[in-house]
Amino acid sequence: MYKFTTITNIIVPLPIENVDTDQIIPARFLKATDKNGFGDNLFADWRYNKDGSSKADFVLNNPKYKGAQILVAGKNFGSGSSREHAAWAIAGYGFKVVVSSFFADIFRNNAMNNFVLPVVVSEAFLADIFDSVNSDSKMTLTVDLENQKITNNATGKSENFAINSYKKECFLQGFDDIDYLLSKKDIIEKFEKQRL
Amino acid sequence: MSKTLFDKIWDAHIVTEVQDGPTQLYIDRMYCHEVTSPQAFEGLRTRGLKVFRPAQITAIPDHNIPTVNQELPIADPVSKNQVDTLDRNAKEFGVNYYPIGHPKNGVIHIVGPENGLSLPGMTIVCGDSHTSTHGAMGAIAFGIGTSEVEMVLATQCVFQSRPKTMRINFEGKLGKGITAKDVALYMIAQLTTGGATGYFVEYAGEVVRNMTMEDRLTLCNLSIEMGARGGMIASDEKTFEYIKGREYTPKGEEWDKKLSYWQTLKTDDDAVFDKELTFHAENIEPMVTYGTNPGMGMGIGDAIPTLDMIDEAGRISFQKSLEYMGFTAGEKIVGKPIDYVFIGSCTNGRIEDFRQFANFVKGKRKAENVVVWIVPGSWKVDKQMREEGLDKILADAGMEIRQPGCSACLAMNDDKVPAGKYAVSTSNRNFEGRQGPGARTILASPLMAAAAAVTGKLTDPRDFM
Repeated sequence: MYKFTTITNIIVPLPIENVDTDQIIPARFLKATDKNGFGDNLFADWRYNKDGSSKADFVLNNPKYKGAQILVAGKNFGSGSSREHAAWAIAGYGFKVVVSSFFADIFRNNAMNNFVLPVVVSEAFLADIFDSVNSDSKMTLTVDLENQKITNNATGKSENFAINSYKKECFLQGFDDIDYLLSKKDIIEKFEKQRL
Repeated sequence: MSKTLFDKIWDAHIVTEVQDGPTQLYIDRMYCHEVTSPQAFEGLRTRGLKVFRPAQITAIPDHNIPTVNQELPIADPVSKNQVDTLDRNAKEFGVNYYPIGHPKNGVIHIVGPENGLSLPGMTIVCGDSHTSTHGAMGAIAFGIGTSEVEMVLATQCVFQSRPKTMRINFEGKLGKGITAKDVALYMIAQLTTGGATGYFVEYAGEVVRNMTMEDRLTLCNLSIEMGARGGMIASDEKTFEYIKGREYTPKGEEWDKKLSYWQTLKTDDDAVFDKELTFHAENIEPMVTYGTNPGMGMGIGDAIPTLDMIDEAGRISFQKSLEYMGFTAGEKIVGKPIDYVFIGSCTNGRIEDFRQFANFVKGKRKAENVVVWIVPGSWKVDKQMREEGLDKILADAGMEIRQPGCSACLAMNDDKVPAGKYAVSTSNRNFEGRQGPGARTILASPLMAAAAAVTGKLTDPRDFM
């Protein structure tokens, strides 16, 4: 099982607000019955032309950002449909962290259930990241989960981010909610009897 | 201590609370469709688990299914595989199941309430963000991801952080030609697409009390479009009247017992919400959207905002959006020609929606330049339309009824709007490519859709009323 520690990596900047899950993965790609292969269709309509060739002006097609494990996006990332395929696409592409000033609720849960860490930063910190990457595409961010700290290594500025201690432990230890819930079956049965 | 409606239901479903973590919430009802459930069932298989409470799970294929010739095998092999996978999973794991062609098949969020599966006081989930619809019954209902679907299949519980609470009051009386859809689009335009993120919303006030149950379902359905975890309306006599006698509604002594409990499910007079807003009915016009998220809406006679009215950080997105739609900042869109009309979906696919639409087009003809897709939300809705003679009214206007399903709302089947074409749609999302790659969606009410269908352009429905 994947365990999250600290990541220092280049980023992919996407300074668009309200990126909805229909953009992250369009509905016509939701027909699979497993979790694999969605990374190839991440942002498909922004990334590919009709004939399947790459759109040169889309950031994922820019070789400068190849191999980045951190996606940095504008406010209200992941709104719309509850499709977990969006989280599978982001994880499948190779992103371990998504940074934004605001996330839609369902997307945030889905990301965490797939060990993609959503990091909420202030709007000023987000603007600072976009400024840094504009002047140097190779700038890096460091995301330190243990200390809940994100650092823009180009400016040296850092900020603390929030995560509840249960989810933090899940990331650090690599265990998921289902493991935990299954261990509580007796309590669930007791709850059901008490309600009758 | 005084409690909100939300608190009362939530608290009654807490199994445990993890210290500095989420709540383990008991789920009364889960719906599954074919798109967001296969990986969850596969997860059970991998872990060697059964469905914990199969009687509380209902599986219905709706997203991929064709709206013509449903009796034939689905032509698209990938869609067919997904629907067949649901069929296999439903049978293997023994959950309730309404397959294609079943008299109770249809869009999940239409089928649940119409069969008495969604009731006051329940917790209801589905791997679908429009699960918020069922909140209209006085329930806590919200969309979840596939990992969470797996949790519910395995344990009938999910982990959720307790959301903040918001109450939105609508006061006054709606004007002629103003529908629940307009109320919702107005609210989302005021709050923006992320304005209620982190909150669970209760709708209240004179407008909501006066709404029919179907209006309330439409309003709650769109809660997610402003980011809300869900939306709900306290059950009242209208709710009890609506659910009484439906197949899964309790009967006899059980009904009496439940009813006395349901009657306690309302927000206490002195309960405090984290946020409270009030809107006035007289400010609400027939609404249309002009951009690529449901928050980009305006009255049909209004002009699109100009660039200087938009926050600097949002300007790139705003311009990208207008470029996609082929609109210009500052212009009015009333009178613009359109190409497609779609009435249906979990938002506006109920009998009252089709009655409004049919009453409007009665005695008129479909405009030559427009393709009209009329898609009932379920077979029960279809049956009722025919019993009431709506099929004949529509046929006289040059329109025909298709078979039930999610259809052009998200175009996973063949009902795709071609690139560059404008569709006036009673559905819930105008995202880029939502109704087909390059399709341009204008969200509106069934009345606005009817006016567009007969005039071939964006028309204020009140001009004919």
